[in-house]
Amino acid sequence: MSGTRCDVLIIGAGGAGCSAALHLALRGSRVVLLERGLVGGQASGVNYGGVRQQGRNPAELPIARKSREIWGRMKALAGTEAEFTVTGHLKLARNDAEEAELIAYLDVAKQYGLPLRMVGRNALHGEYPWLGPKVLAGSFAPEDGSANPRLMAPALARAARDAGAAIHERTEVMSYAHDGALFHLRTVRGEEFSAPVLLNLAGFWGGRVAEAFGEAVPVKPLSPNMLVTEPMRYFIEPNLGVVGGNVYLRQIPRGNVIIGGGYGESNPGEPGEMPWSRPVPEATMEAARLAIALVPELEGAQIIRSWSGIDGQMPDRIPVIGPSSTTPGLFHAFGFSGHGFQLGPAIGAIMSELVLDGRTDVPLEAFRITRFAEAG
Amino acid sequence: MKVAVVGAGPAGVRAVETLLAHGIRPVWIDEAMDGGGRIYQRPPAGMQRDARTLYGFEASRATALHAALDAAKARADWRPETLVWNIRPGQKQLNTLSQSRQGVVAYDAVILCTGAMDRVVPVKGWTLPGVTTMGGAQIALKSQGCGIGRRVAFLGSGPLLWLVAYQYAKAGAEVAAVLDTTPFATKLAAAPGMLRGPATFAKGLYYIGWLRTHGIRIAEGVTPLAIEGDETVAGICWRDAKGVEQQVACDAVGIGWGLKPEAQLADLAGIPFDFDDVQHNWVPRRDAAGRTPVAGVYLAGDGSGIGGAEVAELAGTRAALSLLQDEGRAVETAALDHKLASLARFRVALEKAFPFPAHLAVSLPDDALFCRCEGLTVGDLRVTTTGPTLPAPEMNRAKAVSRAGMGRCQGRVCGAAAAEILAAKLGCSVAEVGRLRGQAPVKPIPLVAAP
Amino acid sequence: MKLTRLRDTARPAISLHLEGEAVAAMRGDTLLTALLAGGAGHLRESEFGDGHRAGFCLMGACQDCWVVVEGMGRVRACATLAQDGMKVRRG
Repeated sequence: MSGTRCDVLIIGAGGAGCSAALHLALRGSRVVLLERGLVGGQASGVNYGGVRQQGRNPAELPIARKSREIWGRMKALAGTEAEFTVTGHLKLARNDAEEAELIAYLDVAKQYGLPLRMVGRNALHGEYPWLGPKVLAGSFAPEDGSANPRLMAPALARAARDAGAAIHERTEVMSYAHDGALFHLRTVRGEEFSAPVLLNLAGFWGGRVAEAFGEAVPVKPLSPNMLVTEPMRYFIEPNLGVVGGNVYLRQIPRGNVIIGGGYGESNPGEPGEMPWSRPVPEATMEAARLAIALVPELEGAQIIRSWSGIDGQMPDRIPVIGPSSTTPGLFHAFGFSGHGFQLGPAIGAIMSELVLDGRTDVPLEAFRITRFAEAG
Repeated sequence: MKVAVVGAGPAGVRAVETLLAHGIRPVWIDEAMDGGGRIYQRPPAGMQRDARTLYGFEASRATALHAALDAAKARADWRPETLVWNIRPGQKQLNTLSQSRQGVVAYDAVILCTGAMDRVVPVKGWTLPGVTTMGGAQIALKSQGCGIGRRVAFLGSGPLLWLVAYQYAKAGAEVAAVLDTTPFATKLAAAPGMLRGPATFAKGLYYIGWLRTHGIRIAEGVTPLAIEGDETVAGICWRDAKGVEQQVACDAVGIGWGLKPEAQLADLAGIPFDFDDVQHNWVPRRDAAGRTPVAGVYLAGDGSGIGGAEVAELAGTRAALSLLQDEGRAVETAALDHKLASLARFRVALEKAFPFPAHLAVSLPDDALFCRCEGLTVGDLRVTTTGPTLPAPEMNRAKAVSRAGMGRCQGRVCGAAAAEILAAKLGCSVAEVGRLRGQAPVKPIPLVAAP
Repeated sequence: MKLTRLRDTARPAISLHLEGEAVAAMRGDTLLTALLAGGAGHLRESEFGDGHRAGFCLMGACQDCWVVVEGMGRVRACATLAQDGMKVRRG
């Protein structure tokens, strides 16, 4: 058999893939990470940068808690904290129904040990005088914050490489096979890789890898629409979201305000094609309008860039995580449905535990790949 | 058929004129208050100078273009002071902003004539008030009747260096020095090819000769060291061709090394870009007739590769004729194609005479500021090739890690030099490090509550 | 930075206010010309502590001459005509 033989092959160098490579390499595994484009080039690198636990699907909270612990030691782990800053996350309600939803989530947070406090109508405008009059209430998660998505995956990749992992960028896998003991992958350029373990951490394209092993899932491309303003006076400290999620924004200490909301357009491409994504002007304008309603002082600030990317969205808005149902040695974690940036570091740790220990402390039942077939 | 033309410089004017002559009334958009582009920019109403004073040897061309501009404005759907900030090639739409109002222009075909801007290399001190681009210095004089200072030095290379210095001296400004980074021998070696464009060549010699006979300090083959001053420019120092440090006092400096295409809309339209070794610029892919690989999108003028105003006029006409041909109209293009091919050969010689001084960017010290928008130093860019993240193998990761190109100008100003600095550090060609991709909006647009 | 008026100097006078101080200018001036010929010295401050800026390209490309005009919001000084009575803040 020609080609490169290793212990673990990983497809996809997003945050999860780079973290998996790092965690496995640190424990002595020989890891090869294959990335079609560049590290962090899709959802991990171009997302909003929220490091948020508040408001998550309860099934994701144990992973989010585990990931938050890793975020707290990112500098030691990856050589840079990737601008991770604990600013708190303030989720806002703009009407009574939204306020009721915030209140209902307090119980969920309590159950999973997530610190969260309600900020009522009177206190809110006292604590955050720059909020607009249409904002009625908020809930504040003090442990949450944000980080720079452009840095996180390349930082983890650097640390993984330093720990011994091999990282191949611009290396698209064209064929997948399993001979009962080993996975055999062949790239567009004809290189061959084999290993007894394969991690499918390929974002939207993870659906194609799963399909190659006979377990197709209904994953769709998701392209959040993002924009950023010129630098302004720094005054918005917490990461801001709203019930329903139609707008979210944060300001970095350099002064730029990053605003997300709505969806761009994209094409994940056929194998061998370059995927593309781009923001949609109407979504950009609508996000701007909603952002000004939250923080009126933003009106008149200049938008200097907008962008989008491609993530995978599952019908139930939670990812697929766990072992394959068809092929021993294959593990999936994809379809993060826009929630992957904060979870990425823990996903890598969990993958390393599944591979090396055969188990993990985090309950993964809700994320099993067979759930769509069961429902169907 | 809905046709849009973006830009009202030499290429845009001739494109619109041609469309009108064939019965098509395009939507015609320019960001400026009036047409003419940068080279034939007209002063605002109330200025008294005649065309001869404003445009020198180019007066008759300028007058003819302005006549065509005014005639075409009256017949086209003319929309000045309108920014096209995005193009959606799939939907065939332009997104516009005018007087703070958003708009959408639908097209079946669009001709992008988006022009050029100065190509600059950072110099220590180049962000000081008093330093402008060569083009900026020329606009101040031409459109506003002002010098950028009282005693002005010019640093750079290319025809504009000599022209602007001459125009300043003629207008009564004191020209402290003309500092050409190209050695005399390089220009001499390219002279035979330059004779393909005898008029342009002769004009260049005239300006240089005039400056010399008027006792203006001229140095060729210089290496700039720093523009000095605290709050504003106080002087400039350089190393001369013999390696001796020189200094001159001045209160303003114009800098520039040729031009680069303003091709952001072509980029957003999805047109592939190629690195042109002769121009040393990334240029959007088009054929000699202005057709691109993207259906319905045509290019003309300096925005599609630097050719100069004369070429831009012809290319504008040609792109409009291509559009008409693609509509099945019979048009005559042979003479025009011949003329364009001949001018392209002259351009090659001109670029050889004034090559982009990549070595100046490469030799900048780590503490020199290279990105005006984000306040980044050369060291901030170089460090992306080593850490703290996975090393940047190309420009867009260097952008992601360092923020180079993430400011208000999106790398228009620093992008060319940034690529040189990165390529040198990586030990590869500037073509291999790639280019900063354009993102909407191509220029800043305001956040507004009610679009 | 002080722009020097060399040509077309016989235009009607106008007056602007820069952060409360009167600036004498001429009809047909851009805001950039009006302010920098009128003694403003600079137009904005780099957000990142590296000093004053006074524009660079004068053709709307470099984005280094943003100022605030009362009633108009943020504008590029090089691409905006000065009007009598305009109230301007540095950007």
